[in-house]
Amino acid sequence: MKIVVCMKQVPAGTKVDIDPETGAMKRLSGETRTNPYDLFALEAALSLREKTGGTVTVLTMGPPQAEEMMRDAYTMGADDAVILSDRKFAGADVLATSYALSQGIQVIGGADLIICGKQTTDGDTSQVGPAIAEHMGIPHAAWVAEIVDADEHAISVRQDLVSVSQVSKLPYPCLITVDKDMCVPRLPSYLLKCATKERPVRIIGFDDMPDHDLTRYGLIGSPTSVERMFAPPEIEKQVYLEGDAAQKAEELFTILTDKKIL
Amino acid sequence: MAYPYKKMTREDFDFIRSVTAKDRVWVGEEIANEYYKDEMPEYGVFPPELYVEVVNKEEVSAIMRYAYEQNIPVVCRGAGTGLAGGATCKYGGIMLSIMRMNKIFPIDHKNQTVTTQPGALLIDIQAAAAAEGLFYPPDPGEKTASIGGNVITNAGGMKAVRYGLTRDFVRCIEAVMPDGSIMNFSSNVVKNTTGYDVKDLIIGSEGTLCILTEVTLKLLPAPTCSATLVMPFPSLEACADMVPKVLDLPFVPTAIEFLERELIDIVERNLNKLFPVKQGEAVLIVMYDASSQQELDSAVDAAAQAALAQGAFDCCIAATPERAASIWAVRGGILEGMKADSVSQEECDVVVPRARIAEYVKAAKRIAVSHGIRVEPCGHCGDGNIHTEMLRGPKMSDEEWKSATHACLTELYALSKELGGQLSGEHGIGNGRLEFLEEFVGPRMIALYKAIKLAFDDKLILNPGKVIEYNK
Repeated sequence: MKIVVCMKQVPAGTKVDIDPETGAMKRLSGETRTNPYDLFALEAALSLREKTGGTVTVLTMGPPQAEEMMRDAYTMGADDAVILSDRKFAGADVLATSYALSQGIQVIGGADLIICGKQTTDGDTSQVGPAIAEHMGIPHAAWVAEIVDADEHAISVRQDLVSVSQVSKLPYPCLITVDKDMCVPRLPSYLLKCATKERPVRIIGFDDMPDHDLTRYGLIGSPTSVERMFAPPEIEKQVYLEGDAAQKAEELFTILTDKKIL
Repeated sequence: MAYPYKKMTREDFDFIRSVTAKDRVWVGEEIANEYYKDEMPEYGVFPPELYVEVVNKEEVSAIMRYAYEQNIPVVCRGAGTGLAGGATCKYGGIMLSIMRMNKIFPIDHKNQTVTTQPGALLIDIQAAAAAEGLFYPPDPGEKTASIGGNVITNAGGMKAVRYGLTRDFVRCIEAVMPDGSIMNFSSNVVKNTTGYDVKDLIIGSEGTLCILTEVTLKLLPAPTCSATLVMPFPSLEACADMVPKVLDLPFVPTAIEFLERELIDIVERNLNKLFPVKQGEAVLIVMYDASSQQELDSAVDAAAQAALAQGAFDCCIAATPERAASIWAVRGGILEGMKADSVSQEECDVVVPRARIAEYVKAAKRIAVSHGIRVEPCGHCGDGNIHTEMLRGPKMSDEEWKSATHACLTELYALSKELGGQLSGEHGIGNGRLEFLEEFVGPRMIALYKAIKLAFDDKLILNPGKVIEYNK
């Protein structure tokens, strides 16, 4: 089975720079890390591979600096790593990003199963995964809380929706996005670090894509117009209310009225 | 005359209220049960006659002066997170909580110190230091402990390997003596050979000599990066054998811990905290702090290579806060996991020379099995402080459990002594280990302890019946 895991490098903290012209995040500034949700996606893929056999390819769209993240994926056990990197891909919204990724998956020969993290910690839309599936015309299940079963033909997953839990069986090829806490991501292995030191990370550009319609990629291919974008305020100190439910409700009411929220 | 102590009367209650405040004093049945015990109710549940929450040293002084005159025992209590039955009113009397004295004064950058009242929480002091780019390294498992409790029990914790104990970070102490006088022990200086080092005697005295009202702590520049390694081994013995190899490397580890798979399973099963490494019957966890990425990478490489050479299946590397947290969450959940997995627990907190860890662990398991007890050794491999946790199964009667643990502890302490170890590495004597102390240290040492106690507390009113017992 061929599993592709989509990953993204995100800002490491809450301090991010925003390009005042385009409203887009400046990806080159500051420290970065692997989107934490994607580590759960990679772990899910590696565990499945242990069960069903096959390969795990990690795929990302981003600047060449994403190689660091891909090497990290190698140390967790990924077999292959591909970066979609081209200036023409820059400034992409959900639509253009998901289109480029779906094209990239075609370039690498398709996939039986595509696994994404539930969301990213920067864009936060939770839409890229499902949008990839739509571009490819394959079934998907988002926010998967558990992989119930998997064989060479299909995967069964549980989604915890607001009021119900739903178990679905999806035939391959298909896409799932996974929630955090469905597993614990394994740690990078020193043995794998040594073994994959020389393993290349493939870079794929616009010219490699099957579709050369420039209006489907990057800023030009992004209908989303950002009016204003700003970094979230730093998390304020938490307040714990104590006492029984009635006392806590009373206290909460006082706080909210004092702050003129109510 | 100390014993018997005065039974407190209405006049005594009124006096304490008069020097503090009515709404900070509770008596008799009004006192919440949590103040009858610490984290180990197995080591005694004792109701205080009066519970008072003080707000300044003057109140502490007034209470002590009165208690001294009236022959009323006083037990000072911090956050109540002790594991030795130390902060309990064994002989009734006054329980004096310093938890409202929790002010942390601004960081003194020139001296790289912070001065704090005893009720400040360890977690808040660590955060206050971190906010200014500094670092308070002592890191016992219980982050919601009070700093007063940490100092008075000389708390250790996981980072002792590199940084040392709480004692190593105490510059000076202000304390109220049993007769109510207020004294300062040392000052904010780096060295001091002025007379006996009484400050160091107070640290770790478990509230039997004086009551801390202010402490000044040394801080360090914060390390800029850190990594935690998990080395899976086929057995606990192989893990223990790795410890000297880690210490031999030219990089000083911050922490070295070990965990057996059985213990990891207990935490996973009961707390749903999953451990990120599935290999190995036992794992060695090694943490490094560094001031540059290059230094850290070199340490990680050297340790990983040493582990593989020693027979580790692999060396897993957690270099991000999230990854490290997935390791430490399981390590930190041990006590809670074991509580959920057994009817009752008893703990042995011995410390042995680092070279004898493997020997101790092997023998401890054999001893426990011979008494029909489930035992889970875990803890601070880097400093030889092995927490040997005994777990009570559902079928053991009270009597069976009591006699088996007693017999087991007696043998474990004898084993520790034989290996050149000590009875308690960091949890202290309190009430729980009192009965084993004299046998361990011998009568001459007990006589010395008693003389020290009398020099501070001639009426024996401070935390009586802890560490040493006169009323025999």
